[in-house]
Amino acid sequence: MPAIKSLEELKKIREEALQKRDIKSAFGRVQIVVGMGTPGIAAGARDTVKEFLNIIEEKHLTDVVVRQTGNFGLDSMEPVVKVVVGEAPAVTYGKVTPYTARLIMEQHVIGGVVVQENVIPS
Amino acid sequence: MKEIALHLLDLAENSISAKAKTVRIDVREDFRTNQLTAAVEDDGEGMSDEMVKQVVDPFFTSRTTRKVGLGIPLLKASAEASSGGMKITSKPSAGTRIEATFRHSHIDRMPLGDLPCTFLTLTLAHPEIHWIFTYAYTPPYKGQMRKFEFDDQPLKEAVSGLPLTHPDVLAYLRSTLQDGIAGTRE
Repeated sequence: MPAIKSLEELKKIREEALQKRDIKSAFGRVQIVVGMGTPGIAAGARDTVKEFLNIIEEKHLTDVVVRQTGNFGLDSMEPVVKVVVGEAPAVTYGKVTPYTARLIMEQHVIGGVVVQENVIPS
Repeated sequence: MKEIALHLLDLAENSISAKAKTVRIDVREDFRTNQLTAAVEDDGEGMSDEMVKQVVDPFFTSRTTRKVGLGIPLLKASAEASSGGMKITSKPSAGTRIEATFRHSHIDRMPLGDLPCTFLTLTLAHPEIHWIFTYAYTPPYKGQMRKFEFDDQPLKEAVSGLPLTHPDVLAYLRSTLQDGIAGTRE
């Protein structure tokens, strides 16, 4: 895909995307929430976010929203990531490295299968 | 914390906890004066003089009274380790500015790190905040200071209704920040 250089181009993309939304699924079908308190950041949460964003761009996923929150209170499990897909209950993952982030995107978000090894039981 | 950029991410989180609406992050690399300056300024709740003293002391922190933890003492220690220092100016209900300076050439100075990634992460993860980022670079010997400024307001207006994590918006934002910062160093 060619690089988007101007806000004007983005406005056009916005128009098109908003029109398509009526037919296709809503934005934010998938929510990824990353814990970014001091412990999360120190454990590498920013690079985990970066990988999630890379994959969104790479696979052109329009229904995934990445957000961040403060401490999850699970310091030894940082970086901690909560994933909500549609109506399904939230899944909380621990020790999410960029590698695990890719697994979560490919297997859970796209494939619909939870990555069991990194799940923090609630 | 291995990078100055990660500390900035951490400080910005404090600003958000303090209910800031606008947060400015200002980074200056000056090879003429051999200084690296990184500052976060917000319009949040601010702090009393007494509280300012407390936030730099790691042993005074109590999570029930405020949300600031080890981040600030860590940054202060690492600035001082490279012949720099930290300055906090704050006023209750007006806002806070935290500035850390480092001697650029000091062997113990942490690397600046992935600044575009920090800016990108903050913009996307907290769309409710108005972000203003500046990066200034002054080359050694000759040449003027070159400055990159990014205000997220025009972008947000252009794509209102779309999440900022829409892949096309993301691509635009990423390249704007990366190329903008890299461009000042050429």
